[in-house]
Amino acid sequence: MKDWRYLLAEQRGALLALGIFIVMFIIYTTNHPAGFTANVVQTAANKGVLLAFVAMAQTLVVITAGIDLSVGMILLLTNCLASWLVVGTPLETTLGVIAVLAAGLVCGAINGAIVIYGRLQPIVATIATGAVYYGIGLLLRPFPGGSVNEDLADALTGKLFDVIPTSLVALLIVVLVVWVPFSRSEFGRAAYAAGSSETAAYMSGVPIRRGKFIAYALAGLLASVGGLFLTFFTYTGEAAYASGNAYTLFSIAAVVLGGVSLFGGKGSAIGAIFGALAFRTIGDLLFVFDFDPLWQPLFQGVILLIAVSLGAFALFRVRNRLEWFL
Amino acid sequence: MSETTLGGIAGRMPKFIRRADPAVLTAFACIVILLLLGSLYSRSFLSPEYLLQQLKVASFLGVIATGMMLVILLGQIDLSVPWAVAAGAMMACAAAAYGPVGVALAIPFGVLCGVAIGVVNGIGVAYLRIPSMIITLATNAVAQGLMVVYTGGFSPQDSATAAMRYLATGFTIPGVPNAVIIWALIGAAMVFVLTRTSFGRAVYGIGNRERAAYLSGIDTRRIVLIAFAVSGGLSAFGGVLLAGYASKAAQSMGDAYLLPSIAAVVLGGTSILGGRGSYLGTVAGVILITLLQSILSVMQMPEAGRQIIYGVVIVAMLLLYGRAPASR
Repeated sequence: MKDWRYLLAEQRGALLALGIFIVMFIIYTTNHPAGFTANVVQTAANKGVLLAFVAMAQTLVVITAGIDLSVGMILLLTNCLASWLVVGTPLETTLGVIAVLAAGLVCGAINGAIVIYGRLQPIVATIATGAVYYGIGLLLRPFPGGSVNEDLADALTGKLFDVIPTSLVALLIVVLVVWVPFSRSEFGRAAYAAGSSETAAYMSGVPIRRGKFIAYALAGLLASVGGLFLTFFTYTGEAAYASGNAYTLFSIAAVVLGGVSLFGGKGSAIGAIFGALAFRTIGDLLFVFDFDPLWQPLFQGVILLIAVSLGAFALFRVRNRLEWFL
Repeated sequence: MSETTLGGIAGRMPKFIRRADPAVLTAFACIVILLLLGSLYSRSFLSPEYLLQQLKVASFLGVIATGMMLVILLGQIDLSVPWAVAAGAMMACAAAAYGPVGVALAIPFGVLCGVAIGVVNGIGVAYLRIPSMIITLATNAVAQGLMVVYTGGFSPQDSATAAMRYLATGFTIPGVPNAVIIWALIGAAMVFVLTRTSFGRAVYGIGNRERAAYLSGIDTRRIVLIAFAVSGGLSAFGGVLLAGYASKAAQSMGDAYLLPSIAAVVLGGTSILGGRGSYLGTVAGVILITLLQSILSVMQMPEAGRQIIYGVVIVAMLLLYGRAPASR
């Protein structure tokens, strides 16, 4: 009877992000010179999906009440790696893809090991590992370059049956293969519980360490999926410090827009995906309204600032001032 | 906990040798090891000129890390350092283009821009209760956006004023670079504020437990706001000095200071959770980081290798003594 209400309350953030995304996308396509065509949707999907993967990665870590400031750098590293490995015959390409994904998983696992078993603060630890990943990326690609198996790239960035963008299908598959099993497993629940109240979770015998570790590792994996897709879109590998930082920043913005609580324990990757799509669409609104691209960083920064300030509305519900300090 | 509270709040600076913080000792030991390693590599590494040069380079990081330390002592973090540094430098140089008044006001104007960024951070953290990591990332993005719009995406053409160059590269006392004197003055002021004023005690108190500090009558929100404003101002001042050193501002000139400033504070034994740490440790951390950078550049390590070694060293040293206590 009250099930739907509970569900609604639980998914409020995700639904809000979906709403923002739909409104923004309607404004975007109605003002786009080409209008609502398959090509416009495809381009938008390709740009949005990239951020969606990174935002999913960030979500997994944020749910545990941590933060991963190295996701952007893992994306860069795997982008550089893919520009070396994902080439050649179908077999070589497949092995290359597996190697890239494994590299992402290892990066995430290193973060997890340092944060959980090394007991370091996630912020400092992931900034430091981010520097290492960036350095490795720069070693692999001191200058932008490399190539990728273009058949695979075109297949994954094109359209299915001339209508549906393949990248969206890939996103759906990743959600079904990574997020759904994780969030329903014991470890997914442990990650949520650890983010909600680590002490209570520990007292109840929840495997919080393993749950958090798997969350960090899967975050690396998802970031590497993003890196793969970046390679498919650009056909090259490039280790640009600013772009890695931008992805990290945007992933946090997307997560916040998607209703994932930065204090942990609340939200879902689905919400973050819509947050990412909404964020990308808002950023691209500038182009359809013919603003100078120079204004884009400022515009995105202001959106981010507004998005994070929205969380402050919860303060109006606070009755006891001591709750400020929770 | 009680031991750290006693040590942290009661003036610990004068007794630092008797009650030496193991983290600070480790940091100084690492400095000695780095100096030895460096001298093995190059004979001139231990010469006074070279060491003074290192101290001068360290003072830019030192000024920025001072602000960072204040914020970290509160249990918060300031990730808006990169563009606070760049904004301070660019705005100071920009002011210099507006005649003699602009030249005279260049330094205060640059610092004020940093304070403005810090105030936005402070309002977000203290009054809107947004996690500091997030709001400072957001203001960093906004500051970057403003600077990109202002400069058109290129390095600005305005150059630093004579006063900025004098502060960064001149000598008032023969043999001692002005930048080092400035760092010493700021450091002394910080030590005084932290150990001898109610503001300093409130900072340690909030870092330990904000609720308790609030209940004991401290206006915690005002303190947090001021701390962030000071941090933004010091970052911008660091940027002003850097602009004076390079005689102009540049895009992304602050990027190279975020990780080092956090690392310097944390390697110096200040708890990233707040409430514990001494300025002496931060000094040690700053010198340690600068020496590490210097050795890597003397060895002509490429940027990639530098980043890797850097990250690994920071993680390794934190694992040595920066770990959170085992829960339960």
